[in-house]
Amino acid sequence: MTTRTVRRWRQGGWIVLLLAPALIILVGFVTLPLLAALRYAFYAFDGLAPAGFVGLANFQTILFEAPYAAWTMRALGHNAIVFVCLMLFQNGLAYLLAFALLKTLPGHRLHQVIVFLPVVLSAVIVGFLWKLMLHPLFGVINAALGLIGIAPHPWLGDENTALGAIILTNAWHWLGFPALIFLAGMQRIGAETLEAARLDGAGDWVLLRRIIWPLVAPATTIVFTLTFIGSFNWFELPYVMAGLTGSPGGTTDVLGLYAYRLAFGSATAGLQDFGRGSAMAVLMFVFLAVVSAVALKFLRRREMEI
Amino acid sequence: MPERLKNSAIQLLLAINAIIMLFPLGLMLLSSFKSNAEIFDSPFALPPTLDFSNLLRVWHDTEFLQYLGNSLIVTGASVLAILVTSTLAAYALARYRFPFNNAIFLFFLAGLMVPLKLAVIPLFIELDTLHLLDTRLGLILVYVAMGLPSGVFILTGFLRSLPGEMEESARIEGASEARILWQIMLPLARPALVIAAIQNAVPIWNDFFFPLIFIATDSRKTLPQGLTVFMGEYNTDWGVLFAGLTLAALPITIVYIALSRHFIAGMTAGAVK
Repeated sequence: MTTRTVRRWRQGGWIVLLLAPALIILVGFVTLPLLAALRYAFYAFDGLAPAGFVGLANFQTILFEAPYAAWTMRALGHNAIVFVCLMLFQNGLAYLLAFALLKTLPGHRLHQVIVFLPVVLSAVIVGFLWKLMLHPLFGVINAALGLIGIAPHPWLGDENTALGAIILTNAWHWLGFPALIFLAGMQRIGAETLEAARLDGAGDWVLLRRIIWPLVAPATTIVFTLTFIGSFNWFELPYVMAGLTGSPGGTTDVLGLYAYRLAFGSATAGLQDFGRGSAMAVLMFVFLAVVSAVALKFLRRREMEI
Repeated sequence: MPERLKNSAIQLLLAINAIIMLFPLGLMLLSSFKSNAEIFDSPFALPPTLDFSNLLRVWHDTEFLQYLGNSLIVTGASVLAILVTSTLAAYALARYRFPFNNAIFLFFLAGLMVPLKLAVIPLFIELDTLHLLDTRLGLILVYVAMGLPSGVFILTGFLRSLPGEMEESARIEGASEARILWQIMLPLARPALVIAAIQNAVPIWNDFFFPLIFIATDSRKTLPQGLTVFMGEYNTDWGVLFAGLTLAALPITIVYIALSRHFIAGMTAGAVK
């Protein structure tokens, strides 16, 4: 061998050495498990081991058979409510907040740090804290409402308000994240563009709707996508605040909790069943992938047009 | 409306928002110095004395320190392993030309799109087969796999943007490839390493889902998971509950306040280009 080929081989070996650890871990703990989830969805399970191929039976059960079908649809509906509410309230507020921060008034950096503070905390801490605050007898929320003459209410115990209370908690927890993404998008617009619009007599409201909204379209795309994936993977906050069964009466049950119960068992969804759990995971994966892909295509085109 | 009046109105709204953001955390901190009676009778009042007994009870009577230690071990080891493995891979992808370079990069990128929670059942079975279920090492491996794609993505982009002259001259002087990586590229990559570290450290530190499923033994539980045990045990003693929440929130809050700019940049990296 010439020295050149030796060097070539040596460099090839070096590159393999560099890539190997990352590739082995990624294949071993992401790629293969995902493929296995796809396979397991078509199997019946006996404990931890697949016990026999059952075709589409697991999908059939969770999509069409009582009582599973109704549970699946109810959970999906709740996820959709969570997504719409977060898009409107959490992200709408975040957009306005970003505009307020864009003005770089005195203290704007401190406000950024403050609004992002809850974002770095665990959903478990946030969930328990708000659960204590929303407590019907001793919670500070009812105490505060009492000061302005509103009667105490069991926010997490009432079927009509429980999901809303958890959504509001989520909005408090995450508000800073979309706000700072929108802010970064707005800062990229450039002072000249905004100044020119102002000289043309555009007020804040016109500026927000006609100039900034179209120009932050890439940020909106990202916020939409992250909120969508987050809403349909919602687990920790409802688990901590409403429990594994989505109490009261399943009114806060979402796909994440339901998939967990299907897979690992519970009083209401039967024994541990990895087959049905995998089928649920595959359905969620396909749903997320398809809707995200379609939405992304639409949103990217929207970025070009406006 | 005159500009000054409008700015005052915006300042007022920002102040109200800041109060809404800080009030629950302030309440949590202050209530941890109060007794049950003080919390129930006068929820908004400042604690009459700086009584540390609730905090000391959490510190001494619960497994708090154990949970904290586990969280430090798991997060520290995971982030370190993510940084090492993704720096090596990113260096190969960014600085060498070889067959399938781009295909391998896209393979890592695809990992960014996958919510790994959905593969929890096969991961459970896999860890069981490897005898890593209910161990911190099993948890760490899953976190490394979860964080690798973003690490590779951030570092490859950064390393590609670096000029090649220093590398070339070092090579001509006969420096080994490993030495070039360690002594020339790594110091230059520090800003990207900080971003990759924070982007992964925060979600791993805060994660509850994977420990809930993989860890059963109390002495191996992480902080968020241990908190659920603790909140169940002390559910009538509100002062202790608030003290537990305060202690659980404290470590990351302190680091965040010290490094807020890095945190914001790190956690929104990827979302903000």
